[in-house]
Amino acid sequence: MWKNFPLFPERASALAWQVDGLYFLLIAVSAFFTLLIFAAIFYFAVKYRRSVHPHAVQIEGSLPLELAWTLIPLGICMIFFAWGSLIYFQEARPPKDAMEVYVVAKQWMWKFEYENGQRDINQLHLPVGRDVKMIMSSQDTIHSFFVPAFRIKADVLPGRFTTTWFRPTKVGTYHLFCSQYCGTNHSAMIGEVIVMDPVAYQAWMSGGAGGSSGTLAANGQQLFQQLGCATCHRADTQGRGPNLVGLFSKPVLLDDGRTVMADENYIRESILNPGAKIVSGFKPIMPTFQGQVSEENLMALVAYVKSLAQTQPQGGANDVSSAPNTSNVQ
Amino acid sequence: MATAVQTVERENYLNSNYGIKSWLLTTDHKRIAVLYLISITAMFWLGGFFAMMIRLELLTPAGDLVSSDTYNKLFTMHGIIMVFFFLIPSVPAVLGNFLVPLMVGAKDLAFPRVNLLSWYLYMAGAITALTAMVTGGVDTGWTFYTPFSTTYSNTHVIGAAIGIFIAGFSSILTGLNFIVTIHRMRAPGMTWRRLPLFCWSNYAAAVIMVLGTPVIAITLLLVALERAFNIGVFNPQLGGDPLLFQHLFWFYSHPAVYIMILPGMGVISEIVCCFSRKRAFGYEFIALASIAIAVLGFLVWAHHMFVAGISVYAALVFSLLSYLVAIPSAVKVFNWTATMYKGSISYNTPMLYAFGFIGLFTVGGLTGIFLSSLGLDVHVHDTYFVIAHFHYVMVGGMVMAYMAGLHFWWPKITGKMYPEAWAKLSALLVFVGFNTTFFPLFILGYMGSPRRYHAYPPEFQVLNVLSTAGASILAVGYVLPMIYFVWSLRYGADAGPNPWNAVGLEWMTSSPPPTHNFDETPVVTWEAYDYEHQPQEEITVGH
Amino acid sequence: MATSDIGDIQVAERALQHHFADMEQQRETSSFGMWMFLLTEIMFFSGLFCAYLVYRASYYHAFVEGSQKMNITLGATNTAVLICSSLTMALGVRAAQMGKPKLMAILLLITILFGFGFLGIKAVEYHEHWVNHEFPGPNFHFETGDPAHPATDAQHTEIYFSLYWAMTGLHALHMVIGIGLVAWLVIAGLMGAYTPHYYNPVENVGLYWHFVDLVWIYLFPMLYLISKKHGG
Repeated sequence: MWKNFPLFPERASALAWQVDGLYFLLIAVSAFFTLLIFAAIFYFAVKYRRSVHPHAVQIEGSLPLELAWTLIPLGICMIFFAWGSLIYFQEARPPKDAMEVYVVAKQWMWKFEYENGQRDINQLHLPVGRDVKMIMSSQDTIHSFFVPAFRIKADVLPGRFTTTWFRPTKVGTYHLFCSQYCGTNHSAMIGEVIVMDPVAYQAWMSGGAGGSSGTLAANGQQLFQQLGCATCHRADTQGRGPNLVGLFSKPVLLDDGRTVMADENYIRESILNPGAKIVSGFKPIMPTFQGQVSEENLMALVAYVKSLAQTQPQGGANDVSSAPNTSNVQ
Repeated sequence: MATAVQTVERENYLNSNYGIKSWLLTTDHKRIAVLYLISITAMFWLGGFFAMMIRLELLTPAGDLVSSDTYNKLFTMHGIIMVFFFLIPSVPAVLGNFLVPLMVGAKDLAFPRVNLLSWYLYMAGAITALTAMVTGGVDTGWTFYTPFSTTYSNTHVIGAAIGIFIAGFSSILTGLNFIVTIHRMRAPGMTWRRLPLFCWSNYAAAVIMVLGTPVIAITLLLVALERAFNIGVFNPQLGGDPLLFQHLFWFYSHPAVYIMILPGMGVISEIVCCFSRKRAFGYEFIALASIAIAVLGFLVWAHHMFVAGISVYAALVFSLLSYLVAIPSAVKVFNWTATMYKGSISYNTPMLYAFGFIGLFTVGGLTGIFLSSLGLDVHVHDTYFVIAHFHYVMVGGMVMAYMAGLHFWWPKITGKMYPEAWAKLSALLVFVGFNTTFFPLFILGYMGSPRRYHAYPPEFQVLNVLSTAGASILAVGYVLPMIYFVWSLRYGADAGPNPWNAVGLEWMTSSPPPTHNFDETPVVTWEAYDYEHQPQEEITVGH
Repeated sequence: MATSDIGDIQVAERALQHHFADMEQQRETSSFGMWMFLLTEIMFFSGLFCAYLVYRASYYHAFVEGSQKMNITLGATNTAVLICSSLTMALGVRAAQMGKPKLMAILLLITILFGFGFLGIKAVEYHEHWVNHEFPGPNFHFETGDPAHPATDAQHTEIYFSLYWAMTGLHALHMVIGIGLVAWLVIAGLMGAYTPHYYNPVENVGLYWHFVDLVWIYLFPMLYLISKKHGG
């Protein structure tokens, strides 16, 4: 690729090849049909020009032809539909063991927070070859997280989490764009994704560039105590609120009979709008924390609740404590 | 030369009475069409001026010509003016207004006063929106996405939204008039199967106008209310859902692109038949494809939201439906091409534009397939790829069709011929300029250049310079017709009633038509596009 | 009798617009146009209905709380008033069709009175909401009254009230326009504009009036009734 005049984006994620493959096939098919139409127009226009073909032959139409050019394009389209959907499904389902990066977008800045508590602004450092899941939300208007080299994009919304994931396959520095118009400095809301080999990444991590004060989950635990969450959400069955150990990514039975998946958005909603989904067997007594926790603190709390799921079997009383939760599951 | 009556000028809609009042209070659909022609031409130049400013800014990677706020206002105003005040009314309100009654053999549209009202509403909406722009501008993008438009923008969003709200009613009333006219005002013998394809496609577009426009009207009203009273319907901080806005917005604004393109397709059907001297190949299929597009067009809106945070299964359904809406468009392209087979083809300007339309619309349509492929759309969504696709359909398709139709029916509207040689030159310039402007944007888009960027990474510059160069050619291509159309009003050759020797009721009355369109109500006894029985003669006028 | 018939037909001919072939075509066309217009109106309101349904699903309890503040007595009275007005409107159209302009004028005047009655009652309700700070915006204030759901967010009730004001306000605007149209019919009718051969304006305004009533018939249960008893 020419250095100053590239015609194609870098390909730096596991999924990029699939997207490009679909793209090339679409180009081939489109080029075929475009040339077909251009050639037909040109050929007819020359061959049947009035000076050599003064009398038109009236033709009503042809049902077989109509069916052919309805059904053949439809068939071709279904191939594209299937392929495009397969890629989309992969994009929508992050692998379970992916490392997580929390993203807060605001006018006009990207803030990243890694699991170990380190922070980054407008620069995202990643190790090559690892699955990365981005958990994102916006502090103000809608933004969109777009890394062309990875062929991924996801809108970042205020008031909820959206996620995307990718696996960088090539060491390098890549563009990060905000692709959803967000005001005056929309075009300055750009950054860099720096993909490093694992050794360099470890070195960078231990360099403590962000001045972290503990892991994200640990910060969340601290907040959990400070905000008084722990008085009700106790790690045993005696709490007035549901026990949160082992909760994450499990189904939860609600008091109106519905079952919801305890994902990031469920936890977020339960903090900010606790009345929306009441866990079966509990009273709707929790106050809202809307306006009291910042977007970053919210992410720390979510990270903490998630960490409770990973440390589930702790022995002793905690084994019993997970019982009410699982008994809520139908 | 056509045998124009030299001694006493025949009474027609232009000379039946004079004075500014006779125009501003007219209920004659032809005069209202001319009023629309003048107003939307002004809007086209204004929108075009903003486009040119955008392209000049993008000559260099740094944002050096205008400030970022100014740039944001430029693309917003370009979008609002071109979409709501040019593309949507262009073919229906100008050509449709003039031709639908003539083509069905009626003396006027069903509700002439409502028709005049719709022009006044259009003007009121345009003036409101322009006032908002002049007094400070709008910077939300023509899409008005919340919560940016409702909470974060510091510009005149309410004025612009109200302007579009008002203009929306103009569109509704025009659509309503078309539907009722085509249902109830057809001349004896003008059956649905004999209806010109231009009427079919305007009918389909009118259905969208009547059913879709009210939804955008109420949505923009809610945006204005939210800004004024902070009612919280779209504001996530107050518990509102910004995605609801996107759903409501695209519920209209996606079908709206079919309001724009369908009438253009009708123009192309008329022109391809006339200059091939043939009945439309697969007439029923072209007609039904228009209706299919109108119906399916209402079911695909969320394909604008594949990365917005909608559920995977919703995305799947909308992707599938988006493929389906591509099929009737493809059917039309194939039928137009087949119509030329064994025709007797002449290369007059309208036909050159029609060639351009078919080619560019094919490219625009096929790149739409790229965008409905979920996995690929994730990458190209909100990049220049979308800009290129949209402009291929709208400028390469719709504006080409509008120019084609304007040249084709100019003799009918004014009674004068435009200069053919200049017109052919302009058609060529538009085609070359257009492709130079917009093809590079496909490449830029796939490289990842996001849209609405005031400044961009330097490696994107070469293609941007190419695009700006193309835009200047395109501008010349549009200035030329403006000049020679005005020139032809005074110096153009008299057209006579039927300079193209075309079939269709509009060609059976004089040019310009009399106020009541026909001296006596026509009775139709022949099939549509009956070129077989139309005497063949060489086209001699207009050189 | 015969002479008045001829007179009627002359009135009708004067009413025939130049671009129609005959009265029959004009009548059918205008009524078809009215139906198309009502279709547009349905879509106009449906955007709001859609927003209502989405938020009701999301913030069910907040919507229940909001609807507790509705005055069902006044709402029900207004429903009755509108149904009565539809009856007098329908009778008025019938009177026009039978060629009884005076009777038509009286019936339409009663319709107008009902219309004003509706707006008056609505104004009382609006006033109540206004003094209770139930108008969205900076002055909005809402105490969650349901002990079972103290966590219900007042903000979400504000959305309920936003939709309430937007929907009923838009409906009231339609009522005002309707009253204006009916008043115009009364004046034109007394001046002898309508005959059994020509009364499409009366018919079309009648359709419009019934449509506006119908919107209320949906608004009343949606905003006042359906959440009422399901608070627990």
